[in-house]
Amino acid sequence: MNDSAIPELSGLRRAALVLGGMGVLALLVGAFLSPAQFFHSYLFAYMYWVGFGIGCLGIVMVYHLTGGGWGVAVRRLLEAGAGTLPLMAVLFVPLLFGLHQIYEWTHTETMMADEVLRAKLPYLNIPFFIARAVFYFAAWIALVFFLTRWSREQDRTGDPRLAVNMRKLSGGGIVLLAFTVTFAVFDWVMSLDPHWFSTVFGMLFLGGQALGAMAFVIAVAYLLSRRPEFARVLAPTILNDLGNLLLAFVMIWAYLSFSQLLIIWAGNLPEEIPWYLHRIAGGWNLIAMALAIFYFAVPFLVLLGRRNKRQHHRLATIAVAIIIARLLDLFFLIMPEFYRDRLSVHWLDVAAIAGVGGLWVTMFLWRLGSQPLLPPNDPELAPALARKH
Amino acid sequence: MLYGLMAEFDNPDTLVAASRRAHQEGYRQLDAYTPFPIEELHEALDIHHTSMPLLVLIGGIVGGVTGYSLEYWVSVVAYPLNIGGRPFHSWPAFIPVTFEMTVLFAAITAVFGMLALNKLPMPYHPVFNAPRFALATRDRFFLCIEAKDRKFDATATRRFLESFGPREVTDVEQ
Repeated sequence: MNDSAIPELSGLRRAALVLGGMGVLALLVGAFLSPAQFFHSYLFAYMYWVGFGIGCLGIVMVYHLTGGGWGVAVRRLLEAGAGTLPLMAVLFVPLLFGLHQIYEWTHTETMMADEVLRAKLPYLNIPFFIARAVFYFAAWIALVFFLTRWSREQDRTGDPRLAVNMRKLSGGGIVLLAFTVTFAVFDWVMSLDPHWFSTVFGMLFLGGQALGAMAFVIAVAYLLSRRPEFARVLAPTILNDLGNLLLAFVMIWAYLSFSQLLIIWAGNLPEEIPWYLHRIAGGWNLIAMALAIFYFAVPFLVLLGRRNKRQHHRLATIAVAIIIARLLDLFFLIMPEFYRDRLSVHWLDVAAIAGVGGLWVTMFLWRLGSQPLLPPNDPELAPALARKH
Repeated sequence: MLYGLMAEFDNPDTLVAASRRAHQEGYRQLDAYTPFPIEELHEALDIHHTSMPLLVLIGGIVGGVTGYSLEYWVSVVAYPLNIGGRPFHSWPAFIPVTFEMTVLFAAITAVFGMLALNKLPMPYHPVFNAPRFALATRDRFFLCIEAKDRKFDATATRRFLESFGPREVTDVEQ
């Protein structure tokens, strides 16, 4: 663990080690005490944290495609976030031991008894589920592998062809990521209710993951902004751009969430509408309302203000609020499937978030410490440092 | 009568530097003219406090309220129809119209507000009296310090502008 180069983040590292250690211990205890609850909480925490990695990978590929001063400041943070995906592949393995506790479709007799579900058996079965997961992780890790390798080479040699390589890979990579993430969340989250389907579900996750990743890098960049060179690349105009991207992701998430609600509400079909009926009953409606307020209305209104985007502490505050509100989002998407009658929060939910999060943040900091904090040979860096303010 | 002094620059950096310096020196009645938007100019001339954002926000709110009220009036008061047993006041169905009306009103306010605040259309403006001013739409960058500025002095201001090495400084007639 060599992040001694980043003393600003030692607080984050300590929190990750302490909370993560306690979380992992609590998870181990919980796995024996109540295995079913363990797997439910673990899925929730897993989907929360894997989203930051996927979101970082997506945004860094967008940056390679578009360029722009906004990206150079946070590129290393995004790369380190994407670099956690190999760890997340390993942390996926525990879920495989709980498939029966998590997914109703693994019970063949339930599936055979229902004509609709019987027709879904060729897709929803354990061997194909695992094969697909292997494919998703292989695709993501391959993207991370090449982007990391070329990025290190760019640091070393400054060869301009490497930027072209990264751009070309990112073009196809974005498409690959969109498809793999869509099917991954179909498999891992949407299939919790094997009857239910929503074609916008993949986009909904992609938007949320991009939002979470953007908020995360803005918050971490704030911790680093005491460094003079970081303060320089994070000029008010750049913060304004980052804030606008955050606002765009807030609106994408809200737009897609509402589209799904409107279509299902208008159709009012028996295989679709129960998904919402569970979520407006038994206290789950409180989470729905909290999401509308704290995941959409408040960030939207705050991020409209120009001054809130151009001052880093204000932008970081709203970013942290979004990171916390994202917990509610994932909780709302996943947990009502297990506890349909009433809102249920278990101590294992907290332990899983802390445990998986501790490992994730530790991995993030390790990857972050392995390269210079600002990419020395990125073509955008020189203009960013030369900008006068 | 003199409207102001116009300096012509080859590149945006000198223009920004000159604008910033002029603002620091206390000149307030001045404006820059460029072929493309330059973000730093707003800072240099300290002119980002316009009432446009507020106008657009008000336009958006008015549009949203109008849209929702229209839907409410049509569906609940004027033409109540039973659609699949839903309540007349079914808010999810009203949101798309509310959203579109918000955007429409905000956009219209932005366009006409921009025209009004810029006092456009304006058939005559003295800066076009500067001989080569047409190049402001191509590859030259102009800074005009107006004669009504309290600090304006025909010789001192000319010397100030010339200190940045412009291609030329010309008098602009009213």
